[in-house]
Amino acid sequence: MGAAASVVTEVDLAVTPLRELNQALHAEGVSGRWRVLNPRGAHAVAVGIDAPLDIEIEGHVGYYCAGMNKRAAVRVNGNCGVGLAENIMSGTVVVEGNASQSAGATGRGGLVVVNGDASARCGISMKGVDIVVRGSVGHMSAFMAQKGRLVVCGDAGDALGDSIYEARLYVRGEIGSLGADCVEKEMRDEHRAELGELLERAGAGELDPAGFRRYGSARRLYNFDVDNAGEY
Amino acid sequence: MHVAPSLRESALFDRQTIHEIQRAAREGIYDIRGFGAKRRVPHFDDLLFLGASMSRYPLEGYRERCDTDVVLGDRHAKRPLHLRIPITIAGMSFGALSAPAKEALGRGASAVGTSTTTGDGGMTPEERGHSELLVYQLLPSRYGMNPDDLRKADAIEVVVGQGAKPGGGGMLLGQKISDRVAEMRDLPKGIDQRSACRHPDWTGPDDLEIKIGELREITDWEKPIFIKVGATRPYYDTALAVKAGADVVVLDGMQGGTAATQEVFIEHVGIPTLAAIRPAVDALLELGVHRKVQLVVSGGIRSGADVAKALALGADAVSIGVAAIIALGDNSPEHDEGYAEIGSAAGFYDDWHEGRDPAGISTQDDELAARFDPELGGRRIANYLRTMVLEAQTLARGCGKSHLHNLEPEDLVALTLEAAAMARVPLAGTNWIPGLTRP
Repeated sequence: MGAAASVVTEVDLAVTPLRELNQALHAEGVSGRWRVLNPRGAHAVAVGIDAPLDIEIEGHVGYYCAGMNKRAAVRVNGNCGVGLAENIMSGTVVVEGNASQSAGATGRGGLVVVNGDASARCGISMKGVDIVVRGSVGHMSAFMAQKGRLVVCGDAGDALGDSIYEARLYVRGEIGSLGADCVEKEMRDEHRAELGELLERAGAGELDPAGFRRYGSARRLYNFDVDNAGEY
Repeated sequence: MHVAPSLRESALFDRQTIHEIQRAAREGIYDIRGFGAKRRVPHFDDLLFLGASMSRYPLEGYRERCDTDVVLGDRHAKRPLHLRIPITIAGMSFGALSAPAKEALGRGASAVGTSTTTGDGGMTPEERGHSELLVYQLLPSRYGMNPDDLRKADAIEVVVGQGAKPGGGGMLLGQKISDRVAEMRDLPKGIDQRSACRHPDWTGPDDLEIKIGELREITDWEKPIFIKVGATRPYYDTALAVKAGADVVVLDGMQGGTAATQEVFIEHVGIPTLAAIRPAVDALLELGVHRKVQLVVSGGIRSGADVAKALALGADAVSIGVAAIIALGDNSPEHDEGYAEIGSAAGFYDDWHEGRDPAGISTQDDELAARFDPELGGRRIANYLRTMVLEAQTLARGCGKSHLHNLEPEDLVALTLEAAAMARVPLAGTNWIPGLTRP
């Protein structure tokens, strides 16, 4: 299943075992464009890649699609299950449909774009990844978010940014509620600039950064203070 | 005539209790400390080996073989771990321990052919470089988790729980979040780090099975996958770990150590190691995977006798944490002066979370860490591991066993009713196993 840069390698998961696909994507010197057909909700599709591949997945996938991705550009023309691009290191993962919970969980770098909605815990424990959701996100999104940026073009559910560290959150719509230690912050020029650049990279450049609000950590829980015990 | 005042101490409000009430009233927060449970619970000390007799004969010491090797993870993994001894080093983080201390654990373990384990903070080049066999932990926090280190690891341990705090998350207080620790964990320097207790991308055994599938796909099915649980419901947890696809189940009893946890958690959650082994073995036997899915037991292993008893009850290997730290020099009288300076004493020191360890082990202070010699520490670990193995072999030969794994519950009796019931071996001198047989 080796591929030159100009050739598209097609892998039909209706006939090829998942293990063969992933091992081919891990092969020394792997390159080029890949198309995965009939994923039929399979879990762990295109995981652990460390190569500058272009991968197009035609259909819905299960849990952990593009998990721990490095360098590859993965596009899912369908919906995704739990843990989309979990612990992503670099590269981009774009989903044309919706993503289930924990999208981009613990991601350290790269860009995750969900063109539909993302469910609960989007960006949980994120550690440097950028996530752009064109629709809305569910409750507990950006829980314990450490680094990186979460952009929500729709609404956010309850307890957004609970126990957040240094991640920056941008939300265009309504927020159910803010979690512990998460507060609205001033939207300055540098924030509008970084948000504009992020929207552009996510293919949402038509949206005006001025329509977003910024949220982050009040840093009240960084070191224990008995008078803040009620916040925990 | 002078009459001495009555000085009767309350059993209910003893000095320790009074001290804790007054400390809580002063500080307004639960006590946090390292080490493990300090209360007395039924343990391996409550068991005795019967040794050979008229009905069975012993093996000659020094002349007849008593093997000690164990293979971990040959159920699904292409590259299982081959250990020369059935004692491994438990997960302890860089962050909780200094880099030289981690290096020493690797040096010592490698010298005797066993594995070390990372911890809640990622893999350092020092420990990878000095550990021939390194188990990489996947914890709820995912601090330092990355696919490169996943591939460098010899096995992967999914941590569901820890004996010192089943149901609790990790802790590393601000004093130990140095520049390097902060960078590895993607945290601001100096904050109090309280890790999540639930994994961010799976919940329950059905999800975990899928998660393990992902880890296997990422590593091309090469690495054994361990699941570590704190001992609470060992029968069900072991069965569910097997169902989720574990190659190895690591079962950590309530005496298991910790770098920093609330004392109330350490002393009041989980069950003793002694009580956890038999139900876990029951689950493995019922599923037909005893010795196929290996059981590693930890929590209060201190000597070759503890090792032999754990194996006799059905474990394939054991793991040590607190004992390894002590072997490195923690709580040694050679640091008496240093302990006195921070209001503690050798034999009592458990404030590992404060990072002021005069032995240079549980610290991120460069000056303190520099006191610790990783080569000497490695030598001490190797010596200690060899001693435990020799002790276990001595006991096994005395029971007529040519491999430590041939030890069995029938070699044991209990000194107390509690231990007899928990270990399911007879009370010494009787045929009585409470709960199973009549007195």
